[in-house]
Amino acid sequence: MAQLFHPSSNVIAKASVVAVALIVGGLGYILYAVNQSAYYTNINVARQQPVPFSHKHHVTDDGIDCRYCHTSVEKSGYAGIPTTHTCMSCHSKLWLPSPVLEPVRASYATDVSLQWTRVNAEPDFVYFDHSIHVNKGIGCTTCHGPIGEMPLTYRANTLYMRWCIDCHKNPALHVRRREDVFKADYVEPPNQLELGRELVKKYKIKEPKLITDCYTCHR
Amino acid sequence: MPRKQKNGNALDLVQIQAKLNESPEKRVWRGLEELAGTDDYRDFLATEFPHDPRADKQGVSRRNMLKLMGASAALAGLTACTKLPDQKIVPYALQQPENFVPGKPLFYATAMPLAGYATGLLVESHMGRPTKVEGNPSHPASLGSANVAAQASVLGLYDPDRAQVVIYRGRVGDWSKFLTTMEQRRAELLDAKGAGLRILTGTVTSPSLADQIRAILAQFPQAKWHQYEPLSRDTVREGAKLAFGEYVNTVYHLDQADVIVSLDADLLSAGPGAVRYARDFADKRRITGPESTMNRLYVAESTPTVTGAMADHRAPMRARDVETFARALAGGLGIKSGDAAHASVSWIPALVRDLQNHRGTSLVIAGEQQPPVVHALAHAINDALGNVGKTVHYTDPAEASPANGLESLKELVADIQGGQVDTLFILGVNPVYDAPPDLHFAEHLLKVKTRVHLSLYNDETSELCHWHVPEAHFLESWGDARAYDGTVSIIQPLISPLYDGKSGHEILAVLGGQAGSTDHDVVRGYWQRQKPGADFEEFWQTSLNNGVVADSTPAPKPVKLVFQLAAAPERTSNAGIEIVLRPDPSIGDGSFANNGWLQEVPKPITKLTWDNAALVSPASARKLAVTNGDVVKLKGQGQSVEAPIWITPGHADGSLTLHLGYGRRRAGHVGTGVGFNAYLLATTENPRIGSAEVEKTGKTYLLATTQHHHIMGKEGEEREEESVAALQRKLVRGATLEEFRKNSDVTHEEGDGNGPSMYPAFPYNGNSWGMTIDLNSCIGCNACVVACQSENNIPVVGKDQVSRGREMQWIRVDTYFEGGLENPAIYNQAVPCMHCENAPCEYVCPVGATVHSPEGLNEMVYNRCVGTRYCSNNCPYKVRRFNFERWSDWTTPSLEPLRNPDVTVRSRGVMEKCTYCIQRINRVKIAAEKEDRELQDGEILTACQQTCPAQAIVFGNINDKNSRVAKMKAQSRNYGLLEELNTRPRTTYLAKLRNPNPEIKE
Repeated sequence: MAQLFHPSSNVIAKASVVAVALIVGGLGYILYAVNQSAYYTNINVARQQPVPFSHKHHVTDDGIDCRYCHTSVEKSGYAGIPTTHTCMSCHSKLWLPSPVLEPVRASYATDVSLQWTRVNAEPDFVYFDHSIHVNKGIGCTTCHGPIGEMPLTYRANTLYMRWCIDCHKNPALHVRRREDVFKADYVEPPNQLELGRELVKKYKIKEPKLITDCYTCHR
Repeated sequence: MPRKQKNGNALDLVQIQAKLNESPEKRVWRGLEELAGTDDYRDFLATEFPHDPRADKQGVSRRNMLKLMGASAALAGLTACTKLPDQKIVPYALQQPENFVPGKPLFYATAMPLAGYATGLLVESHMGRPTKVEGNPSHPASLGSANVAAQASVLGLYDPDRAQVVIYRGRVGDWSKFLTTMEQRRAELLDAKGAGLRILTGTVTSPSLADQIRAILAQFPQAKWHQYEPLSRDTVREGAKLAFGEYVNTVYHLDQADVIVSLDADLLSAGPGAVRYARDFADKRRITGPESTMNRLYVAESTPTVTGAMADHRAPMRARDVETFARALAGGLGIKSGDAAHASVSWIPALVRDLQNHRGTSLVIAGEQQPPVVHALAHAINDALGNVGKTVHYTDPAEASPANGLESLKELVADIQGGQVDTLFILGVNPVYDAPPDLHFAEHLLKVKTRVHLSLYNDETSELCHWHVPEAHFLESWGDARAYDGTVSIIQPLISPLYDGKSGHEILAVLGGQAGSTDHDVVRGYWQRQKPGADFEEFWQTSLNNGVVADSTPAPKPVKLVFQLAAAPERTSNAGIEIVLRPDPSIGDGSFANNGWLQEVPKPITKLTWDNAALVSPASARKLAVTNGDVVKLKGQGQSVEAPIWITPGHADGSLTLHLGYGRRRAGHVGTGVGFNAYLLATTENPRIGSAEVEKTGKTYLLATTQHHHIMGKEGEEREEESVAALQRKLVRGATLEEFRKNSDVTHEEGDGNGPSMYPAFPYNGNSWGMTIDLNSCIGCNACVVACQSENNIPVVGKDQVSRGREMQWIRVDTYFEGGLENPAIYNQAVPCMHCENAPCEYVCPVGATVHSPEGLNEMVYNRCVGTRYCSNNCPYKVRRFNFERWSDWTTPSLEPLRNPDVTVRSRGVMEKCTYCIQRINRVKIAAEKEDRELQDGEILTACQQTCPAQAIVFGNINDKNSRVAKMKAQSRNYGLLEELNTRPRTTYLAKLRNPNPEIKE
C-alpha cells in the first residue's frame, strides 16, 4: 500500500501551523488598526458643519475666551454650544455681507436652530462632566487638542477609555493651574510632573483608586 | 407561550391550618403557597429565575445550538466595531429659557390634582423635558413625599396612547372647526338662556375653574353644573353634614394623636391627605431608645390594607359590620343610642378605656366606603373625647361647590330622560365606564343632541360623544387646586402640550365667549382679580415658586354637633355574600389603567400585578370550595361579572373585596381588557358596599403575583419546613414596645454580627455608603418602588413575564404574615440591593462586571456583563434583575424624553440592580467638590428615600459617626438580613415594634 501522505505533507503541516498563527494574528492586527484608525475614531477628520466655523480665527486671531461661547463649561457636564444669538452679538456688525454666514443670519431671522455635527462624542453609557475637569485644572486643550490652531474643528484624541484612564491613574501628567485652563496656547512646562503633583494636592484631586472606579463615569 | 395554572399549586386550606396549629410558637410565613408547599413556591425558593428561557422555546436542537454558539462567537468581536453614529447638537437660536444650563436639571413646583384634590410636587426637568416627580417639601399634603400615582404621572404624560387629535363623529376633526361650531351653539344657547346646557365635571376644588363655571351659569341662567367622581367622597361629605348640619372639610392631625381608631379607613394610603397622614403617623412611631413612645392604632376593616398592616390591634369584619362596631364604641363612650350590646369584638371595652384615658389625644376616623352614619358617629366620638381642635379640626369645604356626586349624576340622567338636555360638556370624567350600571348612563347619553368630551384618552365616554377634545395633562397645563386641608396650589406646566391638548379652562373659555383665552390667561386673570394690588406680580411669582399660595389654608371653623343617632335599622338579610368595592391601590379609579408602572407594581399585601381579583378570607374560600385562580361568577343587581378568586389571609369572613378600575374597554394598549370591571356591581343605592351571589364557573385564571418570588433562604440546601420558618423569623423581626423596653436587645438573634473572613477588609478613608430601613415606619405603600422605576429607567415586562419571576423593579416590598390565617400580624419589608461588604455576586462574575467600589458600593457594569447570571444565582437576597428580553422600548418616540438622561438604558442580556442611585451621589459629590467643601449629611437622597411618605429609609455615610444613618445603625433594633452568611450587608433594617394595649390578650 502506497504512502497516504507525500513527504511534502510534513512541510505543509508545519507551514499551516505557522500560517494559522499569522492569519489569526494578522486579522487581530487589522481589527486593531481599524479600531485605531481615523476612519473609526474620526481623529483629525474635520466634519462638515453648516458654517465653516474656525476656532483658529476666533480663539487665536480674535482672542475670544472659550467661555464666551461655551458658557456652561464651568457649571455643568455639558460645555454648551452657543445660541445663534451669541454669534449675532458680533456678527450683526462684523462680516455682515459674508455669504458664509448666511445660515447664521437665517437662523437668527427665523428662530430655527443651527444644527452642528458633534465632533467630540462619547457613547451614551459614558457620563463625562466638563465642570469638574475644568475645576480641577484640566485644560481644554488637554482633551480637545490644539483647538486654537484648527481652521475647521476636528477631534484630536480617541477619547477611548484607555486614554481617559491613563490620566485618571496619574492626573499629575496633565493638571495645570486653574488660571491656565482656558489658555489655548498653553504648553506644558518642562517640570510638568513636579507642578502636577503639587497641584493634585492643592486642588484635592482624589486618589487614583477613587477616580478610576467604574461608577465614576459609568452608571 | 403563556403560563398555565399548574395542578401542583392547589391550596389545601385544611392542611395549611393544621400546619399552622402545630407550630410551637407564632410562625412567620410569606404566603399560603409557602404553607402548602406548592410546586411554584418550591421552584421560586430553589432559584431566582425558575422558568428557564430554554424551556420557552421547544426544539432548539443540538445542531442549532452549535450554530448559534459559533455565530455568537464570531459576532461578539464584531459588535465592538460599530462606529459611533453622527450626532447633531442643536442649540437654541434666540434666547435660552431663564436659568437654563444645558445638562443641569431644573425643578419646578406644581401640583397634581387627583379626584380634585392637590398634592404639591417638584418636577425635575431636563432640557425642558419633565422626567421625574418628587414631593414638594413646602406643601402640606406632601412634605416632600409623593405617592405611587404622583410618581407614575410622568409616564402618563408621555403615554403614546393618549388622545392626540380632535375627533368629530368618529373622524379626525380640528380645533378651529370645534371653535366655529361652539360659537354657533353658544349663540343659540344664549337665546335660550342656557336651557338644555349641562356641564359635567369631576370634583372641583379649583377656585379659578369654579369661578369660570359660575360666570357661565350667570350667562346661561338655565344651565346646570354637575359634579361626579367615581371614587367620590360623598359619604365623607354627607357624614359631616349629618353630624354638623353643613358640609365641612375634616382635617386630622395624626402628629397629635396617641390613640387612633380606624373604622375601615385606609388613612395611610387612600384619600387626599394620605401622604401627609403617613408622615405624621410614622413620626409618632420613631424609636430612638427604650424611653421612646409610640402611638397605638386600632383598625376595624374588611380587607387587609396598608393601614391594617400597621395596626396594633386589627379586627377583620364585614364592611357592613363596621357600623355595629362604631355604634358599640359610641355606646361605650356614653353617646346616646350607641349600642354596646352587639359588639362583635371582645376588646371594645378595653378600647373604650384607652380612648377615655387619651381625651384630646385620640382620634377616630371613618373610611370612604362606609355610609354617612359611620362618619357621623366618628365625628360624635371625637367630639365626646374632646379631640376637636386638637387632633381634628374642621374648615369650610375644600370643594368649590360641595355636592353629592351620585345625586348630581342621577339628576342629570333624570333631566336627560325628561328631554331637558341638548348640550352636554363632559370634562375629564368617564361616566360611561364608571357610573353605576343601574343609571344606564350610556343609553341616556345618546339622547343628548350635542355631546362634547374632554379627556386624556379617547375612552368609553369619548366613543359616544360627537366631539372629543384631547385633554392637556396636568404637567402641560395651567390650573389651581386645593389640598386635603384646603391649601391652594397653582398648577404650572412643565412642557407645552405634546398633542395640542386643551384644559378644562380653555373649553369653558370657549363656552363663556372668551375663545382664544389660554388656561394661563384664565388662571392668572382669576388670581389678579383676587389680588388686585401692585404687588400681584410678586405674589404670582412667589406662589409659583413655592408651590403653595400663601395664607390660602382655611382657618379652623367652629362646628356644633347636631347629630342624633337613630337606633340601628332592622337588618335586612341580604341574599349572598357581601361585596366591597374599593379603589385599586395602584390604578385608583381606573384612570391610570394604561400606566404600565402602576399595573406592574405588586399591590400591597396581595402582591398581585396586572389584575384585580375577588379577595376572600381562607374560611370563606373553604365554604365556597374555591382556591386561588378559580373563576367565580358574581351576580347581583341584574349584573354579573366573572372574577378570579384570591385568598387573602386576614380578610373578613363572609365578604369579598373587589378592586375598581379594571375591565377597561378603551384604556389603551396597556390597560384595555385587563381584569374585570367591578363597577358593574355598584348600584346608586349602595355604590361601594353591596352583596352578590357567588357561583363557581369551573374555569381557572392565572394571576401574576410576586408573593412567592425572590424568597430568601439558603440556596441549594434541601430544607425542612421548620428551618424555613426559623429563617423567616430572622428575616423580619419584631417585638412589642413593652418587650423592647424591658430588653432593648430583644430583636437580636444568634448569628448576628460579622463573622471572620479570609478576605482582607476593604479600607474606606472617605465615604462609605450605607442605608437603613426602619420597619417600624415602613407602611409598604410602594411609593419607593415606582420612584426607583422612574429614576432608573426600569422597564415594564408584562403579566406573563411577571408570572415567571422576571419583574424588573430594583426595590421590592416583601410581605410577611405572622400567626394564624384569620388575623395574622403583617410585616412589610422593602428590599433593595444590600451592597454587601463580602458580596457573593462579586466573586463569581467571570468578566468582572460586578465589582466593589472604593466607597463600598457593589457596582454593576453593564458593558462588561455577558449575561451568565452567576451573580444572581449567588445572591442570597435575590435583588438582581436580568433583562431576558429587550424590555426597554427603544422605538416609541414619545417615551424617549421620559428617560432619566443620567442613567443608562439597558438592553437585552444584561444584569442590573439597585445602585444606591449612583447618579444622585455623583451629582452631589461633584457639586461639593466644585465648591471645595465636605459633603453634608442628608444632602444625597436616593429616589426611594426622597419619596418615602413615612421616611423609613435613611441613606448616608457610615464612616461619619454623626450621620443619621450611622446613628440608626447604632440602635439596638438594627439587624442585617442573613447575617449568618457573613455577607455584611450595607442595607440594614430596624426591627418593627408594636404597641398593643396591655389590657387586651389576643
